[in-house]
Amino acid sequence: MEELEAFRRETRTWLEENCPDSERQPALPDDQYWGGRDAAFPSEGARVWFERMRDKHWIAPEWPSAYGGGGLSPEQAHVLKQELKRIRARPPLCSLGLWMLGPALLEFGSEEQKLEHLPSIVRGEIRWCQGYSEPGSGSDLASVQTRAEDRGDHFLVNGSKIWTTGADKADCIFCLVRTDPGAKKQEGISFLLIDMASDGVSATPIELISGESEFCQTFFDDVLVPKSNLVGEINKGWSIAKALLVHERKLIAEMGTESPRKQITPTAAAREYLPFSDGRIADAHLRAALVDYEMLLQAIALTHMRCYEEKSTGTQSAAPLIMKYVGTELEKAKSELLLAIMGSKGLGWEGEGFSQIELDTLRIWAFSKTLTIAGGTSEIQLNVLAKRVLGLPQS
Amino acid sequence: MALVLNEEQRLLRDTAREFLTKNAPVAELRRLRDNCDEIGYSPSLWQEMVALGWAGIPVQEAFGGLDFGYLGLGVVLEETGRTLTPSPLFATLVLGASAIQLGGNESQKERLLPAIVAGELTLALALEEHNHHNPTGFSTSLRKENGQYLLNGSKCFVLDGHSADQCLVVARNDSGCTQSADAVCLVLVPRETDGVQCDRTLMADSRNAANLTFQNVVIEDGWIIGEGSEGQTLLEAVLDRGRVALCAEMLGLAREAFERTVDYLKERTQFGVKIGSFQALQHRAAIMLTELELCQSVVLQALTAVDEDSDQLPAMASLAKAKMNELVQTVTNEAVQMHGGIGVTDELDIGLFLKRARVCMQVLGDSGYHKDRYARLCGY
Ligand SMILES: Cc1cc2nc3c(=O)[nH]c(=O)nc-3n(C[C@H](O)[C@H](O)[C@H](O)COP(=O)(O)OP(=O)(O)OC[C@H]3O[C@@H](n4cnc5c(N)ncnc54)[C@H](O)[C@@H]3O)c2cc1C
Repeated sequence: MEELEAFRRETRTWLEENCPDSERQPALPDDQYWGGRDAAFPSEGARVWFERMRDKHWIAPEWPSAYGGGGLSPEQAHVLKQELKRIRARPPLCSLGLWMLGPALLEFGSEEQKLEHLPSIVRGEIRWCQGYSEPGSGSDLASVQTRAEDRGDHFLVNGSKIWTTGADKADCIFCLVRTDPGAKKQEGISFLLIDMASDGVSATPIELISGESEFCQTFFDDVLVPKSNLVGEINKGWSIAKALLVHERKLIAEMGTESPRKQITPTAAAREYLPFSDGRIADAHLRAALVDYEMLLQAIALTHMRCYEEKSTGTQSAAPLIMKYVGTELEKAKSELLLAIMGSKGLGWEGEGFSQIELDTLRIWAFSKTLTIAGGTSEIQLNVLAKRVLGLPQS
Repeated sequence: MALVLNEEQRLLRDTAREFLTKNAPVAELRRLRDNCDEIGYSPSLWQEMVALGWAGIPVQEAFGGLDFGYLGLGVVLEETGRTLTPSPLFATLVLGASAIQLGGNESQKERLLPAIVAGELTLALALEEHNHHNPTGFSTSLRKENGQYLLNGSKCFVLDGHSADQCLVVARNDSGCTQSADAVCLVLVPRETDGVQCDRTLMADSRNAANLTFQNVVIEDGWIIGEGSEGQTLLEAVLDRGRVALCAEMLGLAREAFERTVDYLKERTQFGVKIGSFQALQHRAAIMLTELELCQSVVLQALTAVDEDSDQLPAMASLAKAKMNELVQTVTNEAVQMHGGIGVTDELDIGLFLKRARVCMQVLGDSGYHKDRYARLCGY
């Protein structure tokens, strides 16, 4: 315990000295650094912050130092996270490599693969994207059709992925591909790493209802992939896919409560956009809606803490499995509430007559609709709870 | 029987549906949006609507109208809700023409109503001054100075405010010529008048509205509608017509988004079956159907209340608007969610329904406003 407190003090001092002031506020999408082969830093502050954290080996604090990680214990890593949160530090690097592929490689990758990919992720040199979904395979991920044929010394990949976030900016993609079309659907899938610069790979951006073009359709046309890019055993990719999804859902759940975007809170919005009388929001309906939201927020924040405590004491419960569902539904509810509170001020799409916060609120509202779909829909989350936690019979 | 359409109304609906799906499908809204169209609707389409007689539906025959009532207008608006068609129907015909019909003197009616019916005049009602609907809390004022009426104040969220020929500005009459200190009146102001500033706003539904400022605008004789103590009553009557008519549009929007979603449930395969076979989705679709059916009754009755000049109109308007606000929110959210990834793309029309729904929800009162008003009207 004492050691941990000493670590906290050191961490706090180090962060005080090393985290630039500019990096101690929520990051808009344009302020985020995602790394990559030819990535530029969004600002000087972002560069300094990333490089200091990289040199301190705190980009991936919990990964083993052999692969560029910080080698911290889970408890230390948690302290670091708390201290970063305390000063509202931006993530020095946003990265699917860090959040999703890395943990999967640590568990399933060969030693060569770990040495090849993990350090380049930590150094922000390679930007990854996730090639799971296909036009015909979303919730039913195990039905993926993108084919990887064994051609002796390489795989030949054909097919297409869709909703691939950041595919137009990524250097590499981790994919679920079908390697045995004859087998039962979960049993013919492999987990393959593909360089986006390979001949035959292309990505077309798709516009979202929020106006951004975050995701793409990604095409593979006779793409040659070295055998060494297969993670785990051939036809055994499904278990890797599932393990990675757990990381993804945890990540999305956490984003729910600590949105990286600069967004006004419903309570602050109420003070600004609603008349009060006697210290109360005069509109009883909106007041009740705000209370519902705040109470749910509090309950979810407490459950996050409980999950952490359970994890560090080895206690098991259903709590971690509900987080993606509740976290993303909460985010949607928050955006709807903000629109209700702002009234006609919350309806501006662009241009004059609205503040930047008001315009952002509407765009974030539109984007919030994606949260209960990406990474497994709310319905799928509830199916998982019904099946795995409750053990209900399946039709 | 007012809860079932009669033969003529059904015919009108079929014509409207045929006309709109052919000439103004959702793709037309997309085109206007993508071209950043200056007006936000198609004037030539509007002239075709006028030619079909739509601009005269609720207007008395004496002024060139069809006197076909709000039930008739409702079926047309419902169809424009399905196609998300922007047009002056709401601002000009519902809000503008009803203000003139209900509050105008004979010469105003003769001058303005036939022009509306003929598609020669568009109007906008400038009421709101805050971010939430408030038909009593405005400070725009009409004053008499040196024998001249002057209008001062600013308005926001004025639908069609950027394109209408004339604005009906809701103001407090402080000129002292009336008995009541805060008499409400509607002032007709040509948009191109000295002292009027118009700033267009671009909203989520791509239809656009405007913020308007009036600085010592000289108001001419005959521009004031609803002088005397009746102003607030007139305003409420106009607003209730607006609420009810908007509900008809929202019903069409909800039905269309719902039907497109149900079609998708029958079309999309996952896990080797149509996703519509999952009971988790079936029940939610069935619940939406029940809400749609309930809302349809409410909206029809509210439209009828206008036509029958019923004293139940205020309560019916609030009932309808509160319920429709909730329905369009639920249906459009569910529509996006049930489409999965494609539902959040701009390519699919569903997102346009989602955005239009949020604007409708704020026009002339959100759910809380109307629940509160309903309770007040019912005396609890
Ligand atoms: C913003 C965003 C980013 C994304 N980024 C990526 C990415 O980087 N890489 C990637 O691979 N994918 C990505 N996705 C894809 C995402 O994982 C899929 O959209 C998601 O899994 C749903 O699949 P689908 O879109 O095919 O919807 P469908 O599976 O077709 O679902 C349609 C509807 O049916 C429901 N449904 C399906 N099955 C059932 C069932 N058994 N019971 C009840 N209801 C059911 C769904 O919940 C949904 O409401 C992203 C999606 C979004 C929105």
